Amino acid sequence: MNGFSGTLHRELRLALAGSGEILTLLLFFVITGALVPFAIGPDKVLLARIAPGIVWIAAFLSMLMGLEKLFRPDREDGTLALYRLGELPLWAVIAAKVIVHWLTTALPLLLATPFLALILAMDMESFWRTLLSLLLGTPALAAFGTFGAAVTVAIRRGGLLAPILIAPLCVPVLIFGVGAISPMGGPDQAGAALLFLAALSLISVSLAPFAASLAIDWGEE
Amino acid sequence: MTIDTTPKMRWWDRLAHPGQFMAWTGYIVWPLTIVTGALFALGLWFAFFNSPPDYQMGDTVRIMYVHVPTAWLSQFVYGAMAVSALGTLVWRHPMADVSMKAAAPLGAAFTAMALFTGSMWGRPTWGTFWEWDGRMTSTLILLFIYLGIVALWRAFDDQLRAARVIAIFTLVGAVNVPIIKFSVDWWSTLHQPASVFRADGPTMPGSLLAPLFAMFFAFTLLFITLQVVSMRTEVRRRRVATLERKAAREAGA
Repeated sequence: MNGFSGTLHRELRLALAGSGEILTLLLFFVITGALVPFAIGPDKVLLARIAPGIVWIAAFLSMLMGLEKLFRPDREDGTLALYRLGELPLWAVIAAKVIVHWLTTALPLLLATPFLALILAMDMESFWRTLLSLLLGTPALAAFGTFGAAVTVAIRRGGLLAPILIAPLCVPVLIFGVGAISPMGGPDQAGAALLFLAALSLISVSLAPFAASLAIDWGEE
Repeated sequence: MTIDTTPKMRWWDRLAHPGQFMAWTGYIVWPLTIVTGALFALGLWFAFFNSPPDYQMGDTVRIMYVHVPTAWLSQFVYGAMAVSALGTLVWRHPMADVSMKAAAPLGAAFTAMALFTGSMWGRPTWGTFWEWDGRMTSTLILLFIYLGIVALWRAFDDQLRAARVIAIFTLVGAVNVPIIKFSVDWWSTLHQPASVFRADGPTMPGSLLAPLFAMFFAFTLLFITLQVVSMRTEVRRRRVATLERKAAREAGA
């Protein structure tokens, strides 16, 4: 477990060293959400109704922004080759990266959600529901994103490709994420959607490191 | 007396040699093309002249003869691609790579056709070009996955590395196919439930079923023909790339 926590520390330190990036990410998240009232008009009733969807889309787009940074710098400076040869299996390294990716992208977004909730005229109840659904759903987005970054790391100009590849896979997360906030069939449906979100996150977080490590191994060979 | 020590090759091992593949598929391209053409002629004749208009939908029911086969192929081609992906990952079969690459644009085309004809059919019967119901949405996502895979093939320089990475992505994306299949049962939406392949037999009169089956086989054979042809093209393309590399090396030396 020592190697794992060491890797976790390294990744976290590197991610925080450029904490300007986290600020950029937060700005992107807030600006995306704040642009919507300009695009559709400042109708408070309409805004309050679609606010959870806006927050989810903004979070989804923001989490795609950082994918390029996940493996490419490591590949370019040779760290990825060392990781592949190291004692710690590659999937464990990637598991650490998934955790750090979530901590440095999803967690700041969760903390910025109150601001978006305020300017989008969300009421208290849907704010808490949104926060809960983001908390349960973003680990799945982090896992899919890591997998997409692993698939495209061997491509020299793969920058835009990873988001295009994984966006279709993330659709169920979005469906259940928004379904948990504005349920069509009452509170039972919302509870079921939350359980589905948790299940999606558990499955994807536990499988993504293995799939991603296969993709990297075979892409680098 | 010599003892033959070469291990016995199974037929799919022998297939692994692209030359073998080119030799025997060379014989089947024309027969396949002719049979496909004949089936299309039969199916289209049935569809246009020898099947009754539906008592509710009228002549628009004839869109079904293109829509249902292409919708079936949109999923079948992905299945074929997933099997090829297993062939790449498990047996490292070189022709599986080629098959996987050839199938992606074909699958995308059939999926686009299914969506387009469905939209054309939906307008007169449901009164809308597009509805966000389970099957249409999941088919649209399937199209995005196909297009992503095509883009992935184009982005890689080294096709051998590309094959194994894309194989993993193909298998991960395969979770979408059962979702499409069962979407009409899980979510009761606008799209009708299965009416041809049911445990208790089709719920469609024979006069509509006969042209549907003819078109169904015609489209499936069309896929097989196009798949073989584009696999042959891919083998030739790789040969050209190898020859070019060789020529460049000799010119440089």
